[in-house]
Amino acid sequence: MQRLQRHITGARLFWLFLFAATWALSQYSFQIYKALDARWIIRFPKKYQLSLDDVISGFLDWLVNIANFWLFTFRDLTRAIAWVIEIPYQFLRNLLIEGFQTGLGDAAVQIAPSLSWVAVIAIVISVGHTARDWGLAALVGACFLYLAVFGQWDSAMVTLASVLVAVPIAAVSGLLLGILAYRMLWVEKLLRPILDLMQTVPVFAYLVPVLILFGFGPVAALIATVIYAMPPMIRVTIVALKGVPGELLEAARMMGATPRQMTWKVLVPAATPMLMVGVNQVIMLTLNMVIIASMIGAGGLGFEVLASLRKLDIGGGIEAGLAIVLMAIALDRTSQAFSERRLWRQRTGNLMQRHPWSMIVILVILATFLMGLVIPAVQSYPDAWIISTGAFWSQAMEWINVTFFDTLEVIKTALLRGVLLPVKKFFVGIPWLWGILVTGLIAWQVAGWKLGVVAALMMGFIAASGLWDKAMVTLYLCGVSVFIALLIGTPLGIWAAQQPRAGRVILGLMDTLQTLPSFVYLIPVVMLFRVGDFSAMIAVVLYALAPAVRYAAHGIREVPLHLLEAGKMAGCRPLQLLWRVKLPLATPQLLLGLNQTIMLALSMLVITALVGTRDLGQEVYIALTKANAGQGIVAGLSVAFIAIIADRIVNALSDNQKRRLSL
Amino acid sequence: MNESVILDCRHLWKLYGMGAEALLDGGLTPNAAALAKANVIGAVRDANVQIYQGEIFVIMGLSGSGKSTLVRCLSRLVEPTAGEIEFDGRDLLRASDSELIEIRRKKMGMVFQQFALMPHMTVLENVGFPLEIQGVDRLRRQASAQKVIELVGLKGRESYYPSELSGGQQQRVGIARSLVVEPDLWFLDEPFSALDPLIRREMQDEFIRLQNILKKTIVFITHDFDEAIRLADRVAVMKDGKIEQIATPEELVLNPKTDYVADFTRHVVRAKVIRVQSRMDPVTSDRFAGEVAHDATIEDIADEVERADTPLKVMKDGKVIGQITARAVIDVLVGRG
Ligand SMILES: Nc1ncnc2c1ncn2[C@@H]1O[C@H](COP(=O)(O)OP(=O)(O)O)[C@@H](O)[C@H]1O
Ligand SMILES: [Mg+2]
Repeated sequence: MQRLQRHITGARLFWLFLFAATWALSQYSFQIYKALDARWIIRFPKKYQLSLDDVISGFLDWLVNIANFWLFTFRDLTRAIAWVIEIPYQFLRNLLIEGFQTGLGDAAVQIAPSLSWVAVIAIVISVGHTARDWGLAALVGACFLYLAVFGQWDSAMVTLASVLVAVPIAAVSGLLLGILAYRMLWVEKLLRPILDLMQTVPVFAYLVPVLILFGFGPVAALIATVIYAMPPMIRVTIVALKGVPGELLEAARMMGATPRQMTWKVLVPAATPMLMVGVNQVIMLTLNMVIIASMIGAGGLGFEVLASLRKLDIGGGIEAGLAIVLMAIALDRTSQAFSERRLWRQRTGNLMQRHPWSMIVILVILATFLMGLVIPAVQSYPDAWIISTGAFWSQAMEWINVTFFDTLEVIKTALLRGVLLPVKKFFVGIPWLWGILVTGLIAWQVAGWKLGVVAALMMGFIAASGLWDKAMVTLYLCGVSVFIALLIGTPLGIWAAQQPRAGRVILGLMDTLQTLPSFVYLIPVVMLFRVGDFSAMIAVVLYALAPAVRYAAHGIREVPLHLLEAGKMAGCRPLQLLWRVKLPLATPQLLLGLNQTIMLALSMLVITALVGTRDLGQEVYIALTKANAGQGIVAGLSVAFIAIIADRIVNALSDNQKRRLSL
Repeated sequence: MNESVILDCRHLWKLYGMGAEALLDGGLTPNAAALAKANVIGAVRDANVQIYQGEIFVIMGLSGSGKSTLVRCLSRLVEPTAGEIEFDGRDLLRASDSELIEIRRKKMGMVFQQFALMPHMTVLENVGFPLEIQGVDRLRRQASAQKVIELVGLKGRESYYPSELSGGQQQRVGIARSLVVEPDLWFLDEPFSALDPLIRREMQDEFIRLQNILKKTIVFITHDFDEAIRLADRVAVMKDGKIEQIATPEELVLNPKTDYVADFTRHVVRAKVIRVQSRMDPVTSDRFAGEVAHDATIEDIADEVERADTPLKVMKDGKVIGQITARAVIDVLVGRG
């Protein structure tokens, strides 16, 4: 009895009461509504509903059709921006795919062909070797060879052209904004909340306004991509510049450097290694977005996947998916190698000795150009040589589906019945008013009254926008997926930390998983489980697994050695050491991992709308297909609010824990 | 020593915290308690320093005593809260941004505790960097850089990157870089503190060798009193932002003005700072075992005195100004009087 009493604390009672009340209300909300005949209990009253979406759509309408800034209209402005992006994009398309022509239509005369596939592979090999060594060169070369051999060349080049246009724009604008924020405090203050929001608003949400402003097509896709890929670069730039040692800046000032010299000769070069990490992120995000943006006409590999999935062409989908994976790996490894490369030794000698690779590449380009005139196979990879594995994959998939149909179905049904549906029922049943209150209370209890109020207001916004039910579906899917991801990820992370050899494999795998564009995860899942909540959950779990594993491994590894030694001297067995020493000390890291997992899960959830979930993601997706900007933005904001609330609460938990452990 | 003042700072204050300026309005001089009450950090409080042409002026104090802040005020890397600074006959605090850039480019050099080398540049590029900033063309700056690199003994390492050098070598690069513009005034902020004791000693010797060639005006910061007395013509002892005393090393030891300075100098090996002239007697003997310079330290002459059985002549400018006996030397060595 005494022991029991010791465990009953005020805080615990509070949580217990909160949960019990929520459960009861969720269970009986329908009955209560019937008994009181008060429909407002389960539905937000229509007449008080906000119509922010109409306002936003109206504003965009006005912007596109009427807005006039004296000298030019808004439409002129968007056209100008589109033009600036169109030109390099078209150039790269000509260079990589179509070749250069004069005249239009039938009158077109070819001036120069595109780069031959041999030349492109030679270029990537030389880049790989310059970035690191022959190993990387071979890897990148093989990836691109795959694209040629398996018939993905043209769509891959479309994707590559998009990446090559978007990356410099996003990286340079991010760098400039970051520098501005570093130099001027008010810019940073202004940017910070915007960046926070940008990171949590799902990608589809701003596809819609971009679509409306710039029309369907590759340019709109590129602009959305730039918007999506830029925020991390701004963040990295600010952090990198702030990380430049103060003495270095003082040294430069003592040399009489002007502010401009300070920026370009000292700050940026000294921060370059870190900035390159940002560029790597920009590249990966760009690829991710370019694939997603195939839905608004970017074309390329994403479009291949989408088209195959629509046709239920399993083999084609897998082939294109693999092409995306290889492209992602090639881009990631190369840009990482560049960011790890610190010192550039200048070569001396004649032109050939100083720039061996540039010379070789130019020679290959010229040679293949000339040979291509005679032998077409050198210019473009001949169709006859293309190997299609489509049939193989289709058969393999079919075999799996036939052989394991029962097993898969049993697993699926069990999880649906045992976990997904009850949790869904619980979340969807919560009356909106109570939901707002509970969120506020949780935030207040964990992070203070300010967050409590903000959280309640945000949930209120969601309810008032008429999105409560969908938000609850999002919460349920996110909750279950995150829970499962942690269930799998944390032990994996612990294992990786305890066993160095297994760790290298596991963490390497996680690194690769994280570089894959989110879209790719849908392919196998849909093939095995078809559409629905279950497929969505699996895709989300796969996508969000990496941070759970990484942070767990990191947290366990970071436990101070002297505490481990103290534990061992106290006679802890290995398992006790894990439970009593390592895990408690790793909780702040585990919580940060939880935070990241939630963020990734939310961003993936929106994409799983493509496989038919009925959550906020679907709302955004519908808005996209209807080109309803207001609807898209409101739903997007709702997702962002959920993400922000979760982020702040989990961070506060982590901080509390850190304080308790006085780390 | 040429007695002309190159840098003169009067009533210099640097306060950190909200409302710092108000505390000094109308020439007020708040004490430590007043500052603490206002929640303001007095990094430099009412400092008066004159730096003479060609001297080595050492600022000495424990970590956090305000040495770096003071020297940064002198070069206006940090804007003083109040006070006056006159450099080379002009008011440094009134200098515009472009004048300041010009002064720093041509007349000042600084060496930093953590070396502050550009990680992405080779030794040659690092040393030539101040000239690059000034827009000097590549060939001329490489030639100048090459010269100072040889001066600090790094010939052959021109194409190394900082990360490929040892700490001592990196600081040689830092020194070379600050010398490449041939500054009139040379600031060194704890240049050897990040080095191992053995290397530190070696670098001090190197520094003395360089100064014998270059004869710069130097403001040298250290928290190491041994380093201070080895190098200094004059030492300023700082505590909590206040300068406790400015004097030659010998005077600090013999006539400490405050208890703090006395505490500090108590454990100094006196033979290292006390000079012959302060322990000599009027000439009484007629037989001398040799002659010594008036400004040699007791430690310098100890061996010679030990061997002699008669006093030694003390010489200044070629004239005999007194004699020093073995007894006087031994008194210093064993710490009597
Ligand atoms: N930018 C700053 N803001 C607030 N306090 C500072 C700042 N720079 C230095 N200080 C304070 O001024 C005092 C003197 O610092 P500093 O000049 O660096 O000392 P030292 O170089 O002698 O170690 C310290 O108490 C330090 O905390
Ligand atoms: Mg200092």
